[in-house]
Amino acid sequence: MNILVCVRRVPDSSENEIKLNSEGNEIERDELVYSVNEPDNYAVEEALQIRDRVGGTVTVVTVGGDEDEEVLRRQLAMGANQAVLLSDDAFSGSDGRGNATILKGFVQKGNYDLILTGVQAEDGASQVGGMLAAMLDYPFASLVNSIAVEDGKVRVSRDIEGGNREINEIDLPCVLSIQTGINEPRYVGMRGIRQVASVPIPTLGVTDIGVARATVGASAAKVKRTDYFVPELGKGAEMLNGTRKENAEKVLELVAARGGIK
Amino acid sequence: MVGLFLFPHGHDWLMTSRSLFLTIHIVGVACFVYIVSRRLVPLVRAERDLRFDQPLIRASRVLKFWLGQWRHPRYKFAGTLHILIFTGFILLAARAFSSLIVGINPNFVMLSGEAGHLYDIVTDYAATVVFLCMVIAAVRRLVFRPARYSVPARYGKAHTADAIFLLGLIAILMVADSLLAASHSFQRQSVETLAVLSLPWIFQIALGSASLATISVFGIVAYLVHEITFYFLLCYRPFGIQFHVETSLFSIYFAKLERGTVKPMRWGISDGQLDQVKSFGVKKFEDFTWKHILDFYSCADCGRCADNCPANAAGRPLAPRFLTIKARDYVFKHYPVFSKANNNKPLIGEIYSEDEIWSCTTCGACEEECPLLVEYIDKIVDLRRGMIDEGNVPQSLQKPLKALESRGNPYGKMERKRADWTKSPEFLQTCNVRVLDGKAKAETLYFVDSITSYDDRMQSIGRATARILKHIGEGFGILGAAEKDSGHEVRRFGEEMLFQALRDHNTNSVKASGARRIVTADPHAYNALKHDYKDVPPVEHISQVIAREVKAGKIKFTPIKEDKVFTYHDPCYLGRHNQIYDDPRSVLDAIPGLKRVEMQRSRDRSFCCGGGGLMLFYEPTEEQRMGVLRVRMAAETGANVIVTACPFCMVNIEDAIKVAGMEGKVWVVDLTELVDQQIAQQSCAEIRETAVCGG
Repeated sequence: MNILVCVRRVPDSSENEIKLNSEGNEIERDELVYSVNEPDNYAVEEALQIRDRVGGTVTVVTVGGDEDEEVLRRQLAMGANQAVLLSDDAFSGSDGRGNATILKGFVQKGNYDLILTGVQAEDGASQVGGMLAAMLDYPFASLVNSIAVEDGKVRVSRDIEGGNREINEIDLPCVLSIQTGINEPRYVGMRGIRQVASVPIPTLGVTDIGVARATVGASAAKVKRTDYFVPELGKGAEMLNGTRKENAEKVLELVAARGGIK
Repeated sequence: MVGLFLFPHGHDWLMTSRSLFLTIHIVGVACFVYIVSRRLVPLVRAERDLRFDQPLIRASRVLKFWLGQWRHPRYKFAGTLHILIFTGFILLAARAFSSLIVGINPNFVMLSGEAGHLYDIVTDYAATVVFLCMVIAAVRRLVFRPARYSVPARYGKAHTADAIFLLGLIAILMVADSLLAASHSFQRQSVETLAVLSLPWIFQIALGSASLATISVFGIVAYLVHEITFYFLLCYRPFGIQFHVETSLFSIYFAKLERGTVKPMRWGISDGQLDQVKSFGVKKFEDFTWKHILDFYSCADCGRCADNCPANAAGRPLAPRFLTIKARDYVFKHYPVFSKANNNKPLIGEIYSEDEIWSCTTCGACEEECPLLVEYIDKIVDLRRGMIDEGNVPQSLQKPLKALESRGNPYGKMERKRADWTKSPEFLQTCNVRVLDGKAKAETLYFVDSITSYDDRMQSIGRATARILKHIGEGFGILGAAEKDSGHEVRRFGEEMLFQALRDHNTNSVKASGARRIVTADPHAYNALKHDYKDVPPVEHISQVIAREVKAGKIKFTPIKEDKVFTYHDPCYLGRHNQIYDDPRSVLDAIPGLKRVEMQRSRDRSFCCGGGGLMLFYEPTEEQRMGVLRVRMAAETGANVIVTACPFCMVNIEDAIKVAGMEGKVWVVDLTELVDQQIAQQSCAEIRETAVCGG
């Protein structure tokens, strides 16, 4: 089975202090550190596990620039068979639909049975997976938390509100968006990355993947970000000053009142 | 043993049975040589280990730890028993060999005259003492059953039967030896006097009324039983814990010499060559070094390591003893004596669990206790290196490791905020800490490390340390944003490449600072800078600096006013790994009115609080927190203030006080905080005139 995983490089929310730039419509990026979007990492791990069970290949792809190569290398170090960078000046400023269009072009140049994305990018809108499936006319399942491969199809389970799950059978090829917690991604250290340092990562542009310039990039984007907020720190804390027992009772009451205990 | 069979009735029998004895000898020795050669096979296939240096130091350690039985009295009763048995064995060794030779050559005399007689008397007693020790040991095993010998169900079956069997064999050997000596005493023209109240003496009395012919038969039978038991034991020992009789000498000779260090990834391979190494760490059995496999053979299953292991005490799935026993069972099974070796399964999942290997805090209590100097930390680190290499790392550790890679600290905080602890207005009034950025220079570098730099609570230790350095007039500064985590736990968690990157970065920063010495208040950073780093200036822990200045009279203390009882908790990487026990205590004892008590487990038997660095992020399966156990130990002594000298101890003990419900009853304070608080005002007033110190 040939699996494609679409990944993305994002500022690591646990290792950055997000601040607005002076114009207030973007974040200050000078001191940010980046890593692979967390749900995408789970998607790659799942792809590797499926490959190790049933055979085949895992390809990781991202849309971006030279700096995005680092996340592709990390995924190669994890064990992906190959990585491809989709990069072209024409791509910059694409909205979700633009990105899906680029990915669609790439998918159609290859032969993939299963396409995985993370459930959403930490700085994204959780839209590319669904759009990509629709553009390819492939079936799609979101929030997937387990995958079992069967002949010509997959059985996936999905998170439903309230902790319930449903099981779906989906024909291949299909697109699935992967929920974190589906597996335990393996660790990639510096050594792993060093070992794949010389593995070539092909870069493909508009002509390579056969996408019309007019359908991608800033000019084609129909969604534009106009503002960006960092929430003000509020006074959310309520101090309990009773005895241990009183405090415990009060906490129970508060949690129950907010629906935490049924 | 003089002319055993020289009396008339025995002599003929002996002449006819000489070929029998010779056969026993040849078969016995051949079996032993074959079995031992089979046991050596895995050692030959194992990884390299360079242990052939410093022969004099190694030999002196053999005298101390092997011949001198140095660590045995740490357990008084069992230790004394062992020393008696060991001494008996050493004394009897020559007698046993001479009996073997006598079987082939009846005229052989090892020692004649007075010396021979004296030796006989000494060995008569030795055999008796060893016999009695066997009886006592068997009673202990069967009746008193010390807890440390028990085998929890998850580690397999009890080892009692095997222990009793071995004790029985040795007892038989002693009885046969004594009977032999007794029957021999009748050969002389006048019956030889034997050591009064010894086993041979008792047998002599018992045989007194028998005819010479009967006595001679007794002698022959005793000899046969002695020889057969001797060879059986010799050949049986390599199948179990008694193998240490043969291997302990080598284990101790080749034991690790340096404390506080971690073995290189591969012996004989430089850091620069590591990229060419295909596989890191221990994944399969042969990835252990030959010395580590020798350790598995040498373990005597005495249980002292596990008895002192804090992870074991807290109910984590780790006991050093079974790390060894499981490996030994494994090597016996996969390198059988009578068939071909069959093996290549990974150890993790086969005999070890992941949690077991992550559970170790590398506190070193097991290694401190082992009478045979068996090494554990290096094995644990090697197993972790193997897991890291396979990507097999708990999710809870992946985030801090990633943050260490991208930000140089496990919390993922911004580099430029590393010196923010120096910037609070109240602190700035008392002390102005310079960042040694190339423009500002200072003699001394204060290496702060991540937790003290970023953790709100631990920053207080940083500020206290800075004020103390200021007080004693030390010209010092910090690296600020140029400092990264020392990587101490990164290395001990097996992420060697990340450690080396951190080390190289810090080494360059330290060199660029121009400092000539380093001071730190974090024992983990201290150990890293002292043992893991090369080419950095000499490093001291702040407790050493304070102790020196107190002694020189530069630091004077105001009396403790509160009626509190203090106890000092030895941090593992200050105490056991670096032998700094007395400096912090001498500082405490210099504070007037400070009442100090010792916990039962102190100094080299200190009980780890739960571990530092990455261990704070690991989520172990355990019944109890180590810190809670430690706080209870402190409370048992009647102490209500625990003084420590390590920010990680502070985290663990502070949390443990809350978990144990002892808030308001037991407090914890860092040595630097206490010193900073008690430094006498007049000294500060003197300083105020010359330095930036508001008091």
